[in-house]
Amino acid sequence: MSVTTPDSVVGSFTAEVFDAHLASVAHLPAWWLDRKREAWARFCALPLPKRTDEAWRFATLTGLKLDGYALPAPVTAAGLGHTPIGIAKAGRLVFANNRLVASDPVAAALAERGVIFETLQNALRKHGDLVKSHLLAQPATLGAEKFSALHTALLDDGAFIFLPKGVEIADPLAVFHYAAGAGAAVFPHTLVIAEQDTRATIVDFFRSADAGAHFACGRNDLYASHGAQLTYVAAQTWSRETLSFQSNSTVARRDARVLSLNLHLGGRQSRHESHSQLQAPGAHSEMLALTVAHGAQEFDQRTRQIHQAPHTSSNLLYKNALLGRSKTIFSGLIVVDPDAQKTDAYQSNRNLMLSDDAEANSLPGLEIQANDVRCSHGATSSRIDPEQEFYLQARGIAKDAADELLTFGFFEEVLSKLGHEPLHDALRDLVKAKFQAQPAAAAPSPA
Amino acid sequence: MSQLEIKDLHISIGDKPIVKGLTLTVRRGEVHALMGPNGTGKSTLAKAIAGHPSYTITSGEVLLDGRSILAMHPDERARAGIFLAFQYPSEIPGVSIANFLRAAVQARLGEGEELDATAYYKRLYSKMDLLQIDRKFTSRSVNDGFSGGEKKRCEILQMAMLEPAFALMDETDSGLDIDALRIVADGVNALRSTNLGVLMITHYQRLLGYIVPDHVHVMWDGRIVKSGDKSLALELEAKGYDWVKNELVPA
Repeated sequence: MSVTTPDSVVGSFTAEVFDAHLASVAHLPAWWLDRKREAWARFCALPLPKRTDEAWRFATLTGLKLDGYALPAPVTAAGLGHTPIGIAKAGRLVFANNRLVASDPVAAALAERGVIFETLQNALRKHGDLVKSHLLAQPATLGAEKFSALHTALLDDGAFIFLPKGVEIADPLAVFHYAAGAGAAVFPHTLVIAEQDTRATIVDFFRSADAGAHFACGRNDLYASHGAQLTYVAAQTWSRETLSFQSNSTVARRDARVLSLNLHLGGRQSRHESHSQLQAPGAHSEMLALTVAHGAQEFDQRTRQIHQAPHTSSNLLYKNALLGRSKTIFSGLIVVDPDAQKTDAYQSNRNLMLSDDAEANSLPGLEIQANDVRCSHGATSSRIDPEQEFYLQARGIAKDAADELLTFGFFEEVLSKLGHEPLHDALRDLVKAKFQAQPAAAAPSPA
Repeated sequence: MSQLEIKDLHISIGDKPIVKGLTLTVRRGEVHALMGPNGTGKSTLAKAIAGHPSYTITSGEVLLDGRSILAMHPDERARAGIFLAFQYPSEIPGVSIANFLRAAVQARLGEGEELDATAYYKRLYSKMDLLQIDRKFTSRSVNDGFSGGEKKRCEILQMAMLEPAFALMDETDSGLDIDALRIVADGVNALRSTNLGVLMITHYQRLLGYIVPDHVHVMWDGRIVKSGDKSLALELEAKGYDWVKNELVPA
């Protein structure tokens, strides 16, 4: 039994915890175990974020302590209270407390064509080189390196998705990541390798099986080869007591188009980092996010649009709606390398203030080293427009219902970019559920 | 008979009095035109009756069937039968016309009553057919990127769906070319009935060539200075607002 002080840089994640974890994954190949040991050393060496860290500006640092968590005991699918999302899926993986608990494989025809949709651990046995070359291969440099290192050190299992050349899958591939039990620490991971001219939609659902204080420390790797068209959606509905870190990495090669949409609803304090690398001409990344923050929730989003080749484009639109005493932080940077001429990059953060006590912070930025580019950014915070509100009221719609309509209108600009109606509706339903579940004092309308 | 009575109404914006004692009664089935130059308080009157929070009614009364509406919220006034057709309708991105109207119709149902979606769409489409509006219109966001003519047609469609007892039409002709004006006027005429009273606010006589009023009132500096039948509009057109200023306004 180890004792940690509140200011411990490792919190609950002591050397004993790591050693026990290593013993439980001793069957992994040496390269993975080496990476784990390196990451563990990095995690221990790095301090917790400090007041002076620019990458943590505005964040509530006292909320980031790592005490009170543990690698959780296994659970079964039956105990999760799993609710379906009501959309047709091409395949489904359900993880709970870092282990697979249920799955629906992809259709045999897809498997015969070489589509792989399974756990990292299974993929490792049959496709070790693919896993090795893509797993956590991209840099995560937006500030949460300590937590990224912890993820690498304690990552147990996750989703592995491989789309061979030319394969198109119409229905989404869904991956559920559950945390169950008080103090459960989970390390969700989704790795997607899309070969040339593929097309698919992947959806990560981050969920809590109960109202406990969970710790989620996830990462994903999306790799879109020449001409691939990937849609990645994440719907985060962790429990209201959860501390979460998520670091996403997208690589877009020549003429690849990646659209990612992150829906942030749950958690006590959630940090989300998103890196997009545009590595070859014609690559495009559409980075979208929607957040509904209420009560005392904090959502901290940091992004980087990295243009490494000429004729690449990226478009970021992050929208937050803030209620109660909630807080959001958006810090985004467009980086254009010296030879990335003809870059076309846009970045926009829009905050809808539904409460006078909420706080939205916005730090847009540009770092441009090429001279023939089109880059711009914008950030706004506004309240419900009283003229729009009056217009709806003048049609007989009560104020609260009018505000809810206007808020959904505000989100629609993002959701409508999905171009997938069932998924669009499913995400909108999640937002609706959040509005209905908010603390009574700030309820927009009687349910 | 149901009526909208405006009694010695005074309205201010901030500390500035705009409407200074206006009295007018509109009965269902009647069309009243309220004419006057810019800045005389016509739009202020319409918005204040609808309950716009920027306008303060300092004295006077507005009675709907004898009952004061001044303590009511804007949405309550609307449900009670008042409809304001806006001069400048708001653009509401991300809210489709179908969903918007559905919310407005739903708001008129009793507690716990669910809207019958099939019946709703049937009625919506029949109103659109009546007003010769393409069905694709309903999936567009409310007024978002609409032309001036489209915005006004959207107002008329809402009026058709909500079937108010009284419509306050604020400068419905502004910003319309002659073709758009004719389409909008046809729409209003199609909705004219013994169940609807209309207060049509306009700066120009031209709209009255298409929507023939039963009564015409001339407004100047916050008051009605002359009332008459449709011939008054023609007289005003011929003599201009200088005539009002020089001969109708008490010195």
